[in-house]
Amino acid sequence: MIWWIIKRDLLLAMRRRSDMLTTLFFFIIVVSLFPLGVGPEANMLRMMASGVVWVAALLASMLSLGRMFSSDYADGTLEQMLLSPVSLSALVMGKTISHWLVTGIPLVLMAPILGIQYDLSVEALVVLTLSLLLGTPVLSLIGAIGAALTLGLRGGGVLVSILVLPLYIPVLIFGTGAVEASTAGMGFGAHFSILGAVLLVSIVFSPWATAASLRISMG
Amino acid sequence: MTINWFKYASPASFYFLAGRMIPYFSVATIIFLIAGLYIAFFSAPTDFQQGEAYRIIFIHVPAAWMSMFLYVIMAFWAGVGLAFNTRLSSMVASAIAPTGAMFAFLALWTGAWWGKPMWGTWWVWDARLTSELILFFLYIGFMSLQAAIDDPRRADKAGAVIALVGVVNVPIIYFSVQWWNTLHQGASVSLVQSPKMATAMLSGMLIMSLAAWMYAIVMVLIRSRLIILERERHTAWVSELKEGVLE
Repeated sequence: MIWWIIKRDLLLAMRRRSDMLTTLFFFIIVVSLFPLGVGPEANMLRMMASGVVWVAALLASMLSLGRMFSSDYADGTLEQMLLSPVSLSALVMGKTISHWLVTGIPLVLMAPILGIQYDLSVEALVVLTLSLLLGTPVLSLIGAIGAALTLGLRGGGVLVSILVLPLYIPVLIFGTGAVEASTAGMGFGAHFSILGAVLLVSIVFSPWATAASLRISMG
Repeated sequence: MTINWFKYASPASFYFLAGRMIPYFSVATIIFLIAGLYIAFFSAPTDFQQGEAYRIIFIHVPAAWMSMFLYVIMAFWAGVGLAFNTRLSSMVASAIAPTGAMFAFLALWTGAWWGKPMWGTWWVWDARLTSELILFFLYIGFMSLQAAIDDPRRADKAGAVIALVGVVNVPIIYFSVQWWNTLHQGASVSLVQSPKMATAMLSGMLIMSLAAWMYAIVMVLIRSRLIILERERHTAWVSELKEGVLE
């Protein structure tokens, strides 16, 4: 069932590639704006690279949350999903995974290239990419709760940012922490372990909370 | 005799219970406030390191405590409302949120006033400051989500989900911020705690926190009464109340 949902959502995303590309270009543009704003000094850029890339990834992932349920909600598919005998949590898990595949993976793939613009070392690039690989699924999982709660509300887009961004903070801290630890020559294993732990906890709780939120939102 | 445990779970009976309780808690607030402020300004000695500026703790510490307690209590009642579908619990949860947010803001504000003379800066990205700020954001998120939903029952339940997710996150945020801070700032400015607190200082602080508790209870009761009236405006007992039949 999860596979079916993932396949369907990926097919839909492929039919509307511009949505996916918009998120990716938003990410690239935000990251590219910072050197213009703070000046092109290589040392400073190296120091802030991980933070900038991570914050841009948070924003890009958050902006695409609105699409997670809204089109299914608009055409009634979501209502059918709620009525179906299959566990709603499994359906939600499928939708979350496909959201991550569509928005998270392109960000992860793009991050090393943006990192080069910020003059990061090879090791830091690898750590940055791996931290995004571990962290972006958490963003999709937490974001799904916010997207489900704000479904069909006026001003939902702004509201979801107020709800979700504070909850993204741990991911941001450990994601950037890993990169900074590696550039400082310290081990980054601890950061990765914690990111992994956060990921596992959110895999367990988020589909359940999202399903509950969807039931609340659909009344 | 059997006790009806659920008597006051009905908004109608809670409304009158709250009305009877408010005067007592108001009096308690005033007494504790006067006693606490007296100790704070007259009987507590001047700190030999921080001078008179330390006296902000009599407001600051109770406010910070209350902001955290109230979040947990709010999430608890919101969760009860979600699990058992009790209307009153959700109403109380929504009544707690503004007071909690006010205390979080007060803690940040007074902290900034204390930080300027002591640390020489209004704000540092210290672990505690940052997590208090995030707590404030969580309150704002809870309130704005509820405000955006027109159907009150849906607002209650949606708020409950976000409050519970937030309460899971509070310890994570607290510790992550702590680790993040100690990791690449080394010995940063930590919250200076007076080495050995004089008894007068400690008792002043505790009495002030009692005053803060009482104040919070009064505010929550008043606000719950208003929420009850607003939500139950179509019921028979409220119209009887309006016509002066009920007392």
